[in-house]
Amino acid sequence: MELLLVILVGAFYSAGIYMMFRRSMVKLLLGLLLLGNGANILIFLMGGLTKGKAPIIRPENSKFLEVYADPIPQALILTAIVISFALTAFAIVLLKRVYTTTGSDDLDSLNIQDLDI
Amino acid sequence: MLLPIIVTFLLAFLMLLLKPQKILRLFKFVCVVPLLLFLYLITYLPAVYQGTKSILFKNEWIPSLGISLDFKIDGLSMLFGLMITGIGTLIYLYAAEYLKRDENIHRFYCYLTLFMGAMLGVVLSDNLITLFIFWELTSISSFFLIGYNTDQEASRKSALWALSLTGLGGFLMLAAFALIGIVAGTYSLNELLAYPDVLLNNEYYYIIIFLLFAGAFTKSAQFPFHFWLPGAMKAPTPVSAYLHSATMVKAGIYILARFSPILGGDTVWNDTLMIVGGITMVMGAVLSVFHKDMKGLLAYSTISALGIIVFLIGIGTETALYAACTFILVHALYKATLFLITGIVDHATHTRDLSVLRGLRKVMPVIAIAGFIAALSSAGIPFTFGFLSKELIYGVSTDGIWTQESIFVLTGIALLTNIFLTSSGFLAGIRPFFGKLPKEFEKIKKPNFYLWFPPVLLSALTLLFGIVPSIVDQSILKSATISVLGTSTQMYLSLWHGFNLVLLLSAITIVLGILLYFAIKPSSRNESRLKGLDDFSPQTILTSIALGIRWFAFRYTRFFHNGYLRVYIMFIVIFFTGIVGYKLFADVPLRVNTEDLSAFRIYEFTVFVITIIAIYFITSTTSRLTSIAALGVIGYSICLIFVFYGAPDLAMTQFAIDTLTVVLFVLVLFKLPPFLKFTNKKIQFRDGVISVCFGILISLITLQALVSPSEKDVSKFYADNAYVLAKGKNVVNVILVDFRGFDTMIETIVLSIAAVGVYSILKYKTQDGEKSE
Repeated sequence: MELLLVILVGAFYSAGIYMMFRRSMVKLLLGLLLLGNGANILIFLMGGLTKGKAPIIRPENSKFLEVYADPIPQALILTAIVISFALTAFAIVLLKRVYTTTGSDDLDSLNIQDLDI
Repeated sequence: MLLPIIVTFLLAFLMLLLKPQKILRLFKFVCVVPLLLFLYLITYLPAVYQGTKSILFKNEWIPSLGISLDFKIDGLSMLFGLMITGIGTLIYLYAAEYLKRDENIHRFYCYLTLFMGAMLGVVLSDNLITLFIFWELTSISSFFLIGYNTDQEASRKSALWALSLTGLGGFLMLAAFALIGIVAGTYSLNELLAYPDVLLNNEYYYIIIFLLFAGAFTKSAQFPFHFWLPGAMKAPTPVSAYLHSATMVKAGIYILARFSPILGGDTVWNDTLMIVGGITMVMGAVLSVFHKDMKGLLAYSTISALGIIVFLIGIGTETALYAACTFILVHALYKATLFLITGIVDHATHTRDLSVLRGLRKVMPVIAIAGFIAALSSAGIPFTFGFLSKELIYGVSTDGIWTQESIFVLTGIALLTNIFLTSSGFLAGIRPFFGKLPKEFEKIKKPNFYLWFPPVLLSALTLLFGIVPSIVDQSILKSATISVLGTSTQMYLSLWHGFNLVLLLSAITIVLGILLYFAIKPSSRNESRLKGLDDFSPQTILTSIALGIRWFAFRYTRFFHNGYLRVYIMFIVIFFTGIVGYKLFADVPLRVNTEDLSAFRIYEFTVFVITIIAIYFITSTTSRLTSIAALGVIGYSICLIFVFYGAPDLAMTQFAIDTLTVVLFVLVLFKLPPFLKFTNKKIQFRDGVISVCFGILISLITLQALVSPSEKDVSKFYADNAYVLAKGKNVVNVILVDFRGFDTMIETIVLSIAAVGVYSILKYKTQDGEKSE
């Protein structure tokens, strides 16, 4: 399974970067989200994969008695997911605002200095 | 010695407080400052009298770096110190009258005092780093003085040239000092003098001396860095007289002289100095006589004189160094006189044009006499101080240690230089005063005391030292020579050496010089002819280099900072891929950890395939809705992976967030038009290759990282203590809300800020004016 995830990470990163190379602002944002997903999987992978054993202590015990999934990557990823949502939400409304103001989704159309107007 | 120098700097800033409108007369008393310093230095004269002793003043500064504020007085420092303060006194007096109508005169005195303090620091410092600091201060104060007439472009430009060149030289010299410090383990000149062999036999020796030369040559206007000096003549005349003939330009000479006993003795040292000095002295002298502007002429003759001194230091024999020390003083005296006279003439007639100025002796006879004496001294006529140094120079070039050919060459260039210098001295010091007085100059007022006294005193000294050389000879020049030579000397100045070759050469110089003087008529034609040489001058070359750098910087910026975000990202990605990829393949043996890999089930593989397909859709679709849907698919697939591998919290969060994201996307962006096709296939292919390479690299790094298992200590701590310390059984939750509770709180704040941002953007009404067509 690790190998599949390694390939997936690579795919996320390439697709993310490829999308960021495009001129559309929406694609830029999508690319950013793909990169974020890739990074999450990468962190998850680094903690080591443990199948089906959530880091939750059984009700009757006060300690883990068997193998458990690494909780730290999970805590990190959870934070990352939430933060990336904040970013996405903000970016989406900002994109909308830019579009209604300039009538364009093209990054290059924003690339005008005050002098040129 | 520290105290007087610090006080000088403090006084410099106090000058700014003097308001010129109210207390103009006060500036005539400011010359007390250099005068006191002069007298203070004189008190140490008996101590260094025999030249064998030097006085060291120790002041700690940064002992851990070997930097101190140690000062040392020996013969050489004394010679320079007395010149700086002595001539300084006269310049202060002169400038008070010369600039009396200038409303910025308090600034002028500030710069001048800063300069004097810095210059004293240069010649008195024993520590190389301190010396460098003072050296840079002379460059900076000189910049302000050259650019003193801030309303003139030429003046500002010259100031910038002078600063860039001397600054560059200073920078290279700092490198030399640093190397010396590393090699010898000390920055103290005194200690370096004790063990000169350490540097002489070092592998860095040649690097050190050439870096040092760079500093000295730029400061002392040696070929090919000479051109800033004529430009610096845009400064007010007192500045030209003080900085650019008598003192600052001699700082480079001082460095060479100071390091002679430490670094000298190698043939490269001697030959370089002789060649550069030789070229400079001949070139400066020949070019000088073709100028009709008195200051331009004096600038080139100064360059030539500096060349002579460098040449003499390069020869490095006892006689040569003695001649160099003598000539430093001779030149300072007569050149300062000539500059001050130029200033007076300029002040009175408002021109420095030698083709116009004639017969001024009738209106300013005292000045004429001073100029006459200075000219005679520069020509080396007997009974002036210049005669003695000229004798010495010919004595050096005809020395018995040379081969027949060397004598021929050395004497030849010395003779050529001196002939031209003789006539340029005559042009500046005699020509304006003789002949018929033009009508427009008849009504000129006589210069007042403050203007005529300094040049007259200097020329009187020229005469006095010429007739009774023993006044300065045994007291200063001898001890200065000993400091440069490193050993004791029996040399002395004498008026009469008998009828010999040297006297004959002196006579030839004077006769030919006078003939040349009559042959050359200053005219615009000569000057415009010189302009033709400009195409090949180092200044032109440097200017084109500077322009080239500007062009390059412009293109470079346009290339890297073109304002397109994707290009920035592309550069970052390409360089990251290139550098990290290179490092990865070059240094790390590629391994794959095959032992710990777990197998995958068919449903896992299905999720994988779905994700890949979704990714492909996102990148290739032209429909906005499709890509958003694909994004949702990807999110849910990841969610499944989290479910399979023991992360229910993650799965739930991912599920919630992805749903929200898709909804938001659809709600807000659904109405936008489909993606436009901006790029052609070629660019898409290029971007594809770059991003696939990047992805492969990331995968490889991930694989390598999997080889070494991660540390589990921290995880174990949390798992073991989740219940014991925090009374929670879901470890991920405990970490988030308890162990790292503050992080989560701050994360909540971030979310709130984003929410406020979203809300305000949605509420904000677009104004009509903001809408672009």
